[in-house]
Amino acid sequence: MTELHGDVMIAVDQVVFGYDGGRTILNDVSLAFGRGKVTAILGGSGCGKTTLLRLIGGVYPVTRGEIRFDDQVIDARNMEQLFTLRRRLGMLFQFGALFTDLTVFENVAFPLREHTDLDETMIRDIVLMKLNAVGLRGAAQLRIAEISGGMARRVALARAIALDPELIMYDEPFAGLDPISMSVAANLIRTLNDTTGATSILVSHDVDECFSICDYAYLLSSQGKVVAHGKPEQLAASEDPEVRQFIRGEPDGPVRFHYPAKPLAEDFGVRAP
Amino acid sequence: MTSAIDRLGRAALELLRIFGHHATFFLELLRACPAALRRPYLVVAQIHAIGNLSLVIILSSGLAVGFVLALQMYYALVTYGAAESLGLIVNLSLTRELGPVVTALLFAGRAGTSLTAEIGLMKAGEQLAAMDMMAIDPKSRVLAPRFIAGLVSMPILAVLFSAVGIMGAYVVAVLLIGVDAGNFWSIMQSGVDVRRDIGNGVIKSFVFGLICTFVALYQGYEAEATPEGVAHGTTRTVVIASLGVLVMDFVLTALMFTTP
Repeated sequence: MTELHGDVMIAVDQVVFGYDGGRTILNDVSLAFGRGKVTAILGGSGCGKTTLLRLIGGVYPVTRGEIRFDDQVIDARNMEQLFTLRRRLGMLFQFGALFTDLTVFENVAFPLREHTDLDETMIRDIVLMKLNAVGLRGAAQLRIAEISGGMARRVALARAIALDPELIMYDEPFAGLDPISMSVAANLIRTLNDTTGATSILVSHDVDECFSICDYAYLLSSQGKVVAHGKPEQLAASEDPEVRQFIRGEPDGPVRFHYPAKPLAEDFGVRAP
Repeated sequence: MTSAIDRLGRAALELLRIFGHHATFFLELLRACPAALRRPYLVVAQIHAIGNLSLVIILSSGLAVGFVLALQMYYALVTYGAAESLGLIVNLSLTRELGPVVTALLFAGRAGTSLTAEIGLMKAGEQLAAMDMMAIDPKSRVLAPRFIAGLVSMPILAVLFSAVGIMGAYVVAVLLIGVDAGNFWSIMQSGVDVRRDIGNGVIKSFVFGLICTFVALYQGYEAEATPEGVAHGTTRTVVIASLGVLVMDFVLTALMFTTP
């Protein structure tokens, strides 16, 4: 896998994970994220995409396998190591996760104020630059309740890049956005990745938007396994039925339309002829 | 028989687990306090939010309790010709018992629920997770300032409650009923010991502040991140904090006031 990417920044190696000993969410998955690239993780709802991001962030310990960040194994129990690692990454949460008691400006300034000793003029300049990058410099003084969902996502993006992280993780950046906001978000992800030289991991079920901006993509199945991976054009041309079903959005196929159930006749009390 | 023992064992283990979880949370909260104290503006903002903004309900309740206490006590005492000791009785009831306890119950309902709902909704909106991902510990940035503010606010609120209550009793007893003002104040002064009565009352309210704030923060932080989860959390805050305060009040009273 490494040869596909060149320099690997994050390596997920044979990872198995389930919450509190419950259902296995990720079942022996291996992925590699190339430095400076935009890599997408695609998959249906509940297939463990977001969980994977959280494992990279060290929120939960993996059940088996390991995740390496620049060849350093992430240990979710070592808070000191984790906090050092997390300063190098920015994460965009699905609905922004903005601090609702602060303004747009204060939200972006938050990580700067917490982690640096910069004076207020410097913080102001950086915040306005970041907001300008996402096109919201004029909205700096608005409260979070006053901005739309698409704007909130962009403010969260400005906050995620406030400290110029080496790795940016996007959790469903397109979910619930109108078409304009969606392409704005997609363009921003690509532009920010290229201008800052950061590495981006993008989790989504939006095939078209992802394929338009990513360098490489993984497709996860609902059983928490990697079904396929490759460049967008390779996946688009794939003959694998599961890949085709997902990419074309077919209702039935290897991924069944019906949730597993008793036979129809038994549930309705009719005898099969 | 085996299943009964099995159930008992499970219940005991579950109880231990809950106790351990609370204890760990409490220690983590204490460990986060020094970091919060280094940024006093965060604590001051919270004292304003949970202390100052509780003033109206605390003061008006104190006044009402003072009115009622004076009326009730007057008719009981006048039968035995002891109406002059009204001031003393009201003062002792307020500073030893009613001040700390009623303030704590009101605090649990007013500030405790708002803390639980705020923290619970921050959790539901992934704000705490976002902070964690930014390498900022939500316990020292969000919880600890609120915890310290609760510890500081409660004794002050309880003292104010008692002071306003005594003023209320003065209005009813002296101004309306006509008890002698000199006797009202002088018997009170000679009968109340600053350390034993007022001091112990303040210690009580400090302990109650700890219980109420801790329960509120714990319930918010551990609430399930759904609307129902936050609703259950706020309910549990009021129930657990109120019961905790009443039980602890009995224990503290037994320790403080059983010798004559």
